[in-house]
Amino acid sequence: MANQGVNRGRRRFLVAATSVVGGAGVAAVAAPFLASLQPSARAQAAGAPVEFDVSAVEPGQRVSVEWRGQPIWVVRRTEEMIAGLSEVTDRLRDPESEVESQQPAYAQNEFRSRDPEVLVVIGICTHLGCSPSYRPEIGDPEMGADWQGGWLCGCHGSRFDLAGRVYRNMPAATNLVVPRHMYRTDTLLVIGEDEDGEAI
Amino acid sequence: MASNPDTKIQGGLLGWVDARFPLSQMWNEHLAQYYAPKNFNFWYFFGSLALLVLVIQIVSGIFLTMFYKPDAELAFASVEYIMRDVEWGWLIRYMHSTGASMFFVVVYLHMFRALLYGSYKKPRELIWIFGVLIYLVLMAEAFAGYLLPWGQMSYWGAQVIVNLFQTIPYIGPDLVTWIRGDFLLSDATLNRFFALHVVALPLVLIMLVAAHIIALHEVGSNNPDGINIKDNKDENGIPKDGIPFHPYYSVKDLVGVGVFLMVFAVIMFFFPTGGGLFLKPDNMIPADPLVTPDLIPPVWYFTSMYSVLRSVPDPFLGVVAMGAAVVMLFFIPWLDRNPVLSMRYRSFAAKFNLAVFVVAFVILGWLGLQQATTEVSEMSLRFATVYFAFFFLLWFLSKERSVAFSLIAFAVVVGIYTIYDLLRFDPSDASLIMWSWLIPTVYLFVTMVAPAFARGLGRDRAVPERVTS
Repeated sequence: MANQGVNRGRRRFLVAATSVVGGAGVAAVAAPFLASLQPSARAQAAGAPVEFDVSAVEPGQRVSVEWRGQPIWVVRRTEEMIAGLSEVTDRLRDPESEVESQQPAYAQNEFRSRDPEVLVVIGICTHLGCSPSYRPEIGDPEMGADWQGGWLCGCHGSRFDLAGRVYRNMPAATNLVVPRHMYRTDTLLVIGEDEDGEAI
Repeated sequence: MASNPDTKIQGGLLGWVDARFPLSQMWNEHLAQYYAPKNFNFWYFFGSLALLVLVIQIVSGIFLTMFYKPDAELAFASVEYIMRDVEWGWLIRYMHSTGASMFFVVVYLHMFRALLYGSYKKPRELIWIFGVLIYLVLMAEAFAGYLLPWGQMSYWGAQVIVNLFQTIPYIGPDLVTWIRGDFLLSDATLNRFFALHVVALPLVLIMLVAAHIIALHEVGSNNPDGINIKDNKDENGIPKDGIPFHPYYSVKDLVGVGVFLMVFAVIMFFFPTGGGLFLKPDNMIPADPLVTPDLIPPVWYFTSMYSVLRSVPDPFLGVVAMGAAVVMLFFIPWLDRNPVLSMRYRSFAAKFNLAVFVVAFVILGWLGLQQATTEVSEMSLRFATVYFAFFFLLWFLSKERSVAFSLIAFAVVVGIYTIYDLLRFDPSDASLIMWSWLIPTVYLFVTMVAPAFARGLGRDRAVPERVTS
C-alpha cells in the first residue's frame, strides 16, 4: 500500500518510542493499584504490644493471649516437662534453635524462653498457619509412648515439643516463632516489645 | 445453506439486524450449520452441562450478592440472614453451594472425556489449554467464594491455602501479607476475595469459556472414535459423518439437562451439605482466628491436589509438587505423541494407564479428607507417585518400545523412588513402606515391562475410516 517513500528507520523509532512511553504509563498506573493491596495504615496501626500477668498460669497450663490477631501461647512448664525437653533432642530438626528468624537471641536456648519455666510462642504452625493443638500429657497414647508433651498440628500432622521445636520429617521445617517479649515486672509479661523496641 | 429459512428473510427485522450485526451468520456457524460427529455418546453431555452450571452460578450468585455483606463483622450473620429470613434465600444459597460442587463434578467428567478420546491431541491442543486455564480459574473462583461465609472452615481453609505462598523462598512472607492486605487473614482479605469472586474471576472465566468454544468450533468436535470427520466430506463440503448441532445435539443435550437437573434438585433439596462434603459442619461456626478446628480438609474437589501437597515432607517442595500436579495437565498434548486419539483403539497398556490414573486421583481425593496419619501420608506419597507416573507413561506409550529401552526406563523410574525410600527409611514403618512400594511398581510393571514381552498388550488397533455407529 502506501509503503513507498516511508522512512522505515523513523517509523521503527516512533513505534519503539510509543511502546516504551505507553509501557511506562501502564507500569505507572499499575503501581497504585498493586500498592493499594498492601496493609492499610489502619491495619499497620493495630499491632500494639499487649501485657499479660503470667502469675495466673498454673503449672502445666497453656493460656492463649491474642496479639495482632494471632494466638500467643504462654505455658508454665512443670519440672517433668522441662526434663522431657532434653529427652527428645535427637529427634528434633533444629534442637539448638539455629534458625535465627524463629526467635530473638534471648530465646536461643534449650528452653527457647527467657525463663525456663515460662514459654512464650506464637501458636501458629510454621508450615501453613494452622493453630496446633496442645498435647501436654507425657506418653499420650495417641502420640506414642515416647511422647514428652508438646503440640500436634491437626492440619498436616506436624509435631512440636514443649519448647515449640519441630520434630524431624514433619511438614513444618522450622520451630514455632518466639515473638519479641520481656518482663516489665517479675510477672508482668509484655508481648510484642522488648528492650530493643517493638516487634516489626 | 440456501435452504436455511433464516437467510431468505432479507427484509424484516432479522434482515435489518443482519445488515448491522452478523446474527444469522453466528447462529449458523455455531449452531444450525455447525456439523458435529453423529456418534456422540454419554460423555459428550458434560460440555453443555458445564455451561448450564455456569449460568446457574451466575444467576444464583447475583441474587446472593443482593443480601450478602462482605464485612468480617457482618458476613457470617448475613449468610444466616439469607438462610432464615430472606424469602427463598435458603434455596438460592443451596443452589449456589450445590452448583459449586456440581461444577467440579461436571468439569472432572468433561476432562476425563478428553483423556478418554484424545480430545487434546492435534489439532485441539489450544482447546485443551483453554480448558485447563478454565479449570485453574474455577479453582481460584471456588476458593475465593468459600471464604465468604466467614465460618471456621472458610477461615482456616483460606489460611492454609494463602500460606502456601509463604513457602516461596525470599519473597514468600511479603507476598502473603500483600495477598491478605493485613498481617493476618482479616476483613481486608474478605473484602478483596469478594471482589475477585463476584467480578474479576467470573469475567475471566466467561472470556475463557468463549475462547474454548471458539477454538472448538474452529477445528470441529472430536468423537468417541477419534476420527476427523472433516476428512470425509460430501460434494457440498459437509462432513458425511456430521449432523448439525442444532437441532440434533441441542435436543439431545436437553435430555442430559433434564437428568442433570433431577440429580441437582435431589441434592439441593435433600442433601445440600452432601454429608459434610459440600458444606462442612464446622463452617456453621463463625471464624475464630485463635482456634483451629481439629481437622481442616479442603472441599472435596481440591483434596486430590491437597494430598499431593501433604505427601511431600518439605513445605516449599510440597507446594511445588501440588503446582506441578496441575501444571502437568498443560503438557499432555505434547507428552502423548501417539497418533491414535481414542482409547477405543489404544493398547491395553494405554487403557490401563488411564484407568489407574482415575483410580489414583479418586484415592488421593479420599486421602485428602483424612487426618494426616503415617498410613495416610504413605499412601498419599504412593498415589502421588502414580499420579505423576501417568504423565511419563503418556509419553512412554506414544509408540512401541524395545525390550531394552522398556527395561532400562522401568529400572530408572522405579530406582528414583526406591532411592528416596531408602533415604527416608524408618524401621518403625518398615512393613508399610515395603508393601506400599508395590503400588507404583506393579502399575509400572504392567504398563512398561509387560508390553515389552507380551507384545499384544502394548499394540494399538487399526482405526476405521469412518465413525462407527
